[in-house]
Amino acid sequence: MTAAPDHRPTFARLSLTERLDASLPLLLVPILVVLGFFAIGAPSSWLTLTVSGLAMGMMIFIMASGLTLVFGLMDVINFGHGAFISVGAFVGVSVLIALGDWTGAASLVLNMSAIFLAVVAAMAVTGALGWGFERVIVKPVYGAHLKQILVTVGGLIVIEQLIHVVWGPDEIFINRPEMLKGAVTFAGAALERYRLLAVAVGLVLFLAMRIVLRRTKIGLIVRAGVENGPMVEALGYRLRVVFVGVFIAGSALAGLGGVMWGLYQEVITANMGERMMVLVFIVAIIGGLGSVEGAFIGALLVGLLQNYVAFLEPKLALVSNIALMTAILMWRPQGMLPVVKAK
Amino acid sequence: MIVKLLSGDKPRSRVLTALLLVILICLAGAPFIFDGVRPLDTAARICIFILLVASYDLLLGYSGIVSFAHTMFFGLGAYGVALASIHMGRGFDALLVGSVAGALAAVILALLIGLFSLRVRAIFFAMITLAVASAVAVLVSQFSGLTGGEDGLTYKIPRVLTSANRLGEIMGTKISGKILNYYLIFFVSLILFLLLLRIVNSPFGRVLQAIRENDFRAEAIGYRVVWYRTMATCLSAATAALAGSLFAIWLRYVGPDTTLSFEIMLDILLMVVIGGMGTIYGAVIGATLFILAQTYLQNLMGTAAEATSGLPLIPELLDADRWLMWLGILFILSVYFFPTGIVGRLREQHRA
Amino acid sequence: MSDPILSLNNVHTDIAQYHILQGVDLEVPKGQVTMLLGRNGVGKTTTLKTIMGQWTCKSGEISFDGQDMTQMAVSARARAGIGFVPEDMGIFADLTVEENMVLGATSGPMDPKRKEWLLNAFPALGTFWTSEAGNLSGGQKQMLSIARAMAEDRTLYLIDEPTKGLAPAIVSTMAQALRELKAQGASILLVEQNFSVAKALGDTAAVMDEGRVIWTGAMADLATDKDLQERLMGLSMEAH
Repeated sequence: MTAAPDHRPTFARLSLTERLDASLPLLLVPILVVLGFFAIGAPSSWLTLTVSGLAMGMMIFIMASGLTLVFGLMDVINFGHGAFISVGAFVGVSVLIALGDWTGAASLVLNMSAIFLAVVAAMAVTGALGWGFERVIVKPVYGAHLKQILVTVGGLIVIEQLIHVVWGPDEIFINRPEMLKGAVTFAGAALERYRLLAVAVGLVLFLAMRIVLRRTKIGLIVRAGVENGPMVEALGYRLRVVFVGVFIAGSALAGLGGVMWGLYQEVITANMGERMMVLVFIVAIIGGLGSVEGAFIGALLVGLLQNYVAFLEPKLALVSNIALMTAILMWRPQGMLPVVKAK
Repeated sequence: MIVKLLSGDKPRSRVLTALLLVILICLAGAPFIFDGVRPLDTAARICIFILLVASYDLLLGYSGIVSFAHTMFFGLGAYGVALASIHMGRGFDALLVGSVAGALAAVILALLIGLFSLRVRAIFFAMITLAVASAVAVLVSQFSGLTGGEDGLTYKIPRVLTSANRLGEIMGTKISGKILNYYLIFFVSLILFLLLLRIVNSPFGRVLQAIRENDFRAEAIGYRVVWYRTMATCLSAATAALAGSLFAIWLRYVGPDTTLSFEIMLDILLMVVIGGMGTIYGAVIGATLFILAQTYLQNLMGTAAEATSGLPLIPELLDADRWLMWLGILFILSVYFFPTGIVGRLREQHRA
Repeated sequence: MSDPILSLNNVHTDIAQYHILQGVDLEVPKGQVTMLLGRNGVGKTTTLKTIMGQWTCKSGEISFDGQDMTQMAVSARARAGIGFVPEDMGIFADLTVEENMVLGATSGPMDPKRKEWLLNAFPALGTFWTSEAGNLSGGQKQMLSIARAMAEDRTLYLIDEPTKGLAPAIVSTMAQALRELKAQGASILLVEQNFSVAKALGDTAAVMDEGRVIWTGAMADLATDKDLQERLMGLSMEAH
């Protein structure tokens, strides 16, 4: 048999508009930052607002990433995700209060060690809780959206109430560790230290997540599973096990987000997670359900817009996010970076 | 005659029929059967919530759509009456204008949300309604100039409907405007409830159920799924708004906590699931049980907590404020083990 | 005839309310290429998906390599040594060609020799190694799907209509690769509509109709007997 003739079709060259369309979501964040600059006028306020917007966005991203992946992999929508945010905050803050000597000391090392321990404890507890939640609440209702929503809302109610049982009915106030109080001045703008830390943590996490998703086999399985779960199974991978792992990781990240958000607000309540879910959902929807990159861009957009609008017209801050969601869904009904589902 | 009033949808269980009759009689005769202000207030709340929960059942149980904006529609009706009463002065015209305006606003908003999110993916609806409802709640508390903010609004309703209007005495019960007010609420709720029963048993209702069972097939047969779902959303929103108007007429007060909060949304969910989704009658059972529990179970739990105060953890779990946790557990168990709720259970027993 | 590597015994499968497989009996001999033939809609694809476990069989038994796998999970069947090329190819469009291939090697990194062989057999894959698979042409996707199933050594390959809608040049590339695969000792169950491919590759053939296997025998016998073709499939396959 003769060798088959060389078969090498070339990719059709994408037109400029097509390429622009594909990369526009990535450009939205810088566009918004520039627009904010002109709308606000004063460079120093703009810088302060941009940093706090990015900080807020990073924290929302941390909370939203697990939710969006869980949906992408198994089509499970978890309205109880907010419970992990609250539990994480309460566990983390309890640890920080217990380590009062460390957080009160004017030593960055002690402060950061306390935060580290708080985060580890929060993530361990919420990860374990996520595992239990998956087994007891989510597993029996795979494939049934209506029941999933109802049951996970039920789980949210019960966990919130359990927080009251364990930590009492009142909100808890928490001071940030000594070295994270106050702000540094840069180019005339006051940048809160804690927000800079939040931006750094968020960036590192996002990059780490990207590396895991792109460079490791488990990451490949997750990405392939989001696109076409049955084929991943037909290649011999136990998608359910992978899913439980992602659920646990997502819950732990929600717990981390809870600790960070608690320190950001300096007060925690049992229903803080429930309140955060509104932003988390908006971010997951505008990013495209199942897309981690989309959630990242969406979270930054939401954080920045909320801070800019809060400065320009305080009463419209939350509504601005609804407007953003509406605009993006009109433009792309499946979100900015929709996950291509097989069939 | 009665069967016709019920649109041919009979309770189909002797126990259920008996329960419904008891509830109907108690509500109809509430001012005469029970003494005092609190029972009458409880009865009025039950009437209003039966209507509210039944309208939610049209969405959740019959159309398979989960909405978290039902309290928003409820609130729109309530604020409609409040704002009209303040700006037009006390009077029945204000009540009417407020109710109609509230219901219209609810329909328009429902139409927008529905067309927007149901077109894409039914699951978006749940998330988007949650976001929109919370944004509206925030707006209401921020624009305090118009809405009274967190404090809410108090206003006057027609004198005829207040306790200042004394009409004499029947069977040892003093008849006041308050009792007239109660009957206004009772009868409007009853009529709207029967109307909902009619809707779900009409061809429209059957199409909704077909869509709930299999939307692809319904679409393939030629039903415009988005249109039906959006219509159901609008109808349900309008009814919820009217229930809100009744609530505002009864309380003479509206505020974010009593009409718009997420907690009330959760209450509605609990009532409809525990009572029985997709049955309409479930709303009657669910709302009655829930509100009685809310009003009286807390006392009971408080007593139990005191009785166990020597033990570790148990008193905290039995604390009167933790009643929602037990209902939450009951809710989860209902979804798993009897998704058709109490009504579905009773009907199964009847068949067996 | 050698021992069967796979055998189906009276397998019934329902899809929704439809009774698609109505008692399939099928044996795939070890080290041979078995063609699964029949008109459209007689249950060939459902048979493959039932073997893979993507549809559960309502009754009957499926045994593979001497073990009963009727109740096994899909992933366990794959790990037991079955490679699957579905009709829709199942390409992960957001992943690169390389990433698709890495996923094909379930139990660990791909053997370098095997990778070299596959890249020789399907040169296009090497050309687009780092491109997103979604950008490939239909034929390239098909090659990727087959190469991915071959990325590690498996006992049995289930391949669903690999030549559908492909240019003749690609068809011969593919046929050559399957021949080499067989030479390595693998068994293949191939659903094929292209009769010249079936004739060239097949050792044995099974013809399905109305959810059952109605004829099994040597491919050569079927290929030469036009009356038989007419009777089994309602048309002479030379016409294709």
